[in-house]
Amino acid sequence: MKLTKAEVEYVAALARLEFSEEEKEKFTSQLNSILDYMDMLNRVDTSGVVPETHAITLRNAFRDDVVWKSLEPEEAIKNAPEERGSCFRVPRVIE
Amino acid sequence: MAAGLHESTIHELQEKLRRGDVTASEITEAVFSRIEAVDGRIKSFITIMRDSAAACARRADEAIRAGKAGPLTGIPIAVKDIMCTKGVRTTCGSRILENFFPPYDATVVRKLKEGGAVIVGKTNMDEFAMGSSTETSFYGITRNPWDLGRIPGGSSGGSAAAVAAGECIASLGSDTGGSIRQPASLCGVVGMKPTYGRVSRYGLIAFASSLDQIGPFTRDAEDCAILLNAICGYDPLDSTSVPVETPDYRSFVGKDIKGWKFGVPREYLIEGIDPEVAGLMEESIGVLESLGAERVDISLPHTEYCVAVYYVIAPAEASSNLARYDGVKYGYRSPDARDLIEMYRKSRSEGFGAEVKRRIMIGTYALSSGYYDAYYKKASQVRTLIKRDFEEAFRKCDVIVTPTAPTAAFRIGEKTDDPLQMYLSDIFTISANLAGIPGISTPCGYTGKGLPVGLQLLAGHFQEGKLIQAASALERNAKFEKRRPAL
Amino acid sequence: MEYETVIGLEVHAQLLTDSKIFCGCSTKFGAAPNSHTCPICLGMPGVLPVLNRKVVEYTIKMGLATNCRINPEDVFARKNYFYPDLPKGYQISQFDRPLAEDGWVDIEIDGKKKRIGIIRIHMEEDAGKLVHDETSPFSYVDFNRTGVPLIEIVSRPDIRSPEEATFYLRRLHEILVYLEICDGNMEEGSFRCDANVSIRPGGAAEFGTRTELKNMNSFRNVQRALEYEVKRQQYVVEGGGKVAQETRLWDDAQGTTLSMRGKEEAHDYRYFPDPDLVPVAIDNAWIEEVRATLPELPMEKRERFIGEYGIPAYDAGVLTATRALAEFYEETVKLTGKPKIASNWVMGDVLRYLNEEKRDIRESPVKPSSLADMINLIERGTISGKMAKEVFEEMYRSGKGPEAIIEEKGLVQITDEDALKKTIEQVLAANPSEAEQYRSGKQKLFGFFVGQVMKATGGKANPAMVNDILKKILSGR
Repeated sequence: MKLTKAEVEYVAALARLEFSEEEKEKFTSQLNSILDYMDMLNRVDTSGVVPETHAITLRNAFRDDVVWKSLEPEEAIKNAPEERGSCFRVPRVIE
Repeated sequence: MAAGLHESTIHELQEKLRRGDVTASEITEAVFSRIEAVDGRIKSFITIMRDSAAACARRADEAIRAGKAGPLTGIPIAVKDIMCTKGVRTTCGSRILENFFPPYDATVVRKLKEGGAVIVGKTNMDEFAMGSSTETSFYGITRNPWDLGRIPGGSSGGSAAAVAAGECIASLGSDTGGSIRQPASLCGVVGMKPTYGRVSRYGLIAFASSLDQIGPFTRDAEDCAILLNAICGYDPLDSTSVPVETPDYRSFVGKDIKGWKFGVPREYLIEGIDPEVAGLMEESIGVLESLGAERVDISLPHTEYCVAVYYVIAPAEASSNLARYDGVKYGYRSPDARDLIEMYRKSRSEGFGAEVKRRIMIGTYALSSGYYDAYYKKASQVRTLIKRDFEEAFRKCDVIVTPTAPTAAFRIGEKTDDPLQMYLSDIFTISANLAGIPGISTPCGYTGKGLPVGLQLLAGHFQEGKLIQAASALERNAKFEKRRPAL
Repeated sequence: MEYETVIGLEVHAQLLTDSKIFCGCSTKFGAAPNSHTCPICLGMPGVLPVLNRKVVEYTIKMGLATNCRINPEDVFARKNYFYPDLPKGYQISQFDRPLAEDGWVDIEIDGKKKRIGIIRIHMEEDAGKLVHDETSPFSYVDFNRTGVPLIEIVSRPDIRSPEEATFYLRRLHEILVYLEICDGNMEEGSFRCDANVSIRPGGAAEFGTRTELKNMNSFRNVQRALEYEVKRQQYVVEGGGKVAQETRLWDDAQGTTLSMRGKEEAHDYRYFPDPDLVPVAIDNAWIEEVRATLPELPMEKRERFIGEYGIPAYDAGVLTATRALAEFYEETVKLTGKPKIASNWVMGDVLRYLNEEKRDIRESPVKPSSLADMINLIERGTISGKMAKEVFEEMYRSGKGPEAIIEEKGLVQITDEDALKKTIEQVLAANPSEAEQYRSGKQKLFGFFVGQVMKATGGKANPAMVNDILKKILSGR
């Protein structure tokens, strides 16, 4: 097994997800079979091969430094689950 | 039986509108009557936009009367619910966006509106486009109009089913690993994934940014060209959109393909491919040969790695793209969270479905410290090799021919418990996304059970015209009788 | 035991563009909450970033000014972490292919030069702002700052004392402001600094365990925080303990650093190239185009002032503090040919009056041309140095030129020899006994006569001429 339950828990914490014990078991086994399948990539000799992010080679897509019209604050926060005074409200962040 | 308005093509309706035989309002009315009659069984739509569509149709009629009609004026078009529509709920098939009303239009939506198209609604899809069956939507399963016990394919299943069932004239989908071509094949319509960068992604809710591309679902190749003309082109709001001229794709319709070379990759004749599907492909190749084209054997040596590469890169990008759904700015926030960490974990765990969470987990793992090189970097390198395979292949042929999917539509629930089996159903379509090349699925016949089967054609970067030309040649010389689903 | 301090600094500077790095929202500070936001900087579903070209130009500028190599192909990467002020759940930054690498700046302490290496300079987007409500269990998010362009400048661990650290910081600050790519305002957060600090026994080759210091928002606080942290680490080590690798916050009120342990989790940022952006390719032509726009930098200017104008190092330091001040000075020198006198006036009266009103040199009511006119009038003897003080004050208050003021006030020096002779003779005639005493050897009385002459002329007599003529007459020649 590539992935232990503890690792699944670590990855879940990184991704801000939580799972029941049952889900963790199921995910651990499903993720392991997927990762086993991906092992085939190790058969490919990729020495010296440049990794591609895009299939199309583009460079230098820029915009000019020009200010456009922003949203009205009411519009910006319209979809917010919680808001107050044009700000998005969240549970207290401890610093 | 003559085709009803809702079963017509764009070019047929254009002609009727031009001649004044019909009004945009009548066409729109016919489409909504059809939706009313069949959508309860198919469930192509998440949101139906009846009122705004009626208003839009009236404006289209005015434009036609004023002689200002464009190619899409008055044409009812459905849009996959992954493209943002200003003021109209956009869910991406997810609970986490159940109440999201974008303050802006996706570039393609703006183009449709400016072209006078009548947007009829937002179609169902696999949650965040992650799936091949439209079974993972929070808003329910879409059914295949040809057999309601079967899936329509996915992730753009709603858009494909809507065109097949006459609930719109054409539609837009998005394709990250086959999400336009596979459902087009399974629903018996034409579906194209353009070259990466051909159509703006601005406003397309990201699944895997380096693979996603918007494209049309239509009833024939000519409509595909018309819709592609309307949505393609450089967009300064998308850094990955390509600043090159676009041809008039309609000009490729009906041109002959004499002397063309059609490549058949030997690696695609794999186990698990349905003999009926393979047979229909051979039949199509026969048609091509009869038109003076030549069949050539080609090799795409890294084909077997495509699925593995895809299922590293797409989830990795998705894990990052979906981090913004955190319950702060929009979308679902769990009512049970007591602190910040709980707000994140509960909102995301309750807001996302199982398949989305599975892919976020794979992607997060593949990018995490210590595994990046083994997974993400390795996959990106193999991706380079896959792209080179195609460059090599297109030196020997004009267009590559493959089945679109290994089988016709499968039964609802058949593959939901085995993610890997589900992933393997994308085996023929994924490589085009990895290589950024355009691909089209065009109907090539029916199985013994009466299910439609599609043929996939692939061409080099920015060669969509060749795909239109080949698909239209096949369509006009098809050996099978075109059917409509019995609903 | 002797310890050596090892410090590396990470500086974040906001770039002075009009619009944000990836969208067209304004970068202005102090707007109403969320009034400078759009779907892009709010991280709404479906949006895409497009890079502001000016951000690249400004970063190339800073790279060249700090002797970095400008990489021909630069890639943006996503730094993934969750925080409410980060709308996309990742920050667009640069990782393995930053814009500039391997540079340096020189600092000078007590006349000694030291070179501080720069590892890299990269572009990234700023995060939003969190406001905490002490009385409720909530925090509030304002995304106006989200997407304001930043450059991060990472130094090598070449810094050996808190003092060196502040000199290095001031140097970077000065360069950024000279280049006019950052306003340098530390209170508003336009220029921020984090520090990595460790200590090691003198002569050791290995670095000690470092702590990361945050939350120091002034040069003074950087120095205080570093001094505190160095002492704290020594105390820990000497007590037989081990310095823990952790992030610590400077507490200004307490004058201490506090551990954030337990409040931060293991960092696993999962960097990968941002697929929404394409690489930035910078060719030599572009680099040279930017290089041509580089101003003379403060250190070079200082050295040139010393060499070219022969003014003391101290003067050169003061006069090059800002580009505008240096320009003011040079303009004055150009019009007078008197570098030291010009320096005295600029550093003296000009800056004193401006400082009293907290005004910038660019707002000075006395322009270099007027100041130069005044200096030239002194040189020609039209007014005395003492009169000039009065003239300058009036120039500053009224904005008028020196000639007009001299005329209005009748301040012209008496330089007519016959007139002066006449006045002196009158003074001597009015004070015969003093004249007698002087002639019999009481030389001290010379000053008395000068004073009487000045008094008689209302202070307008040219003092040098008075001296000459008086001497001649008294000696009977």
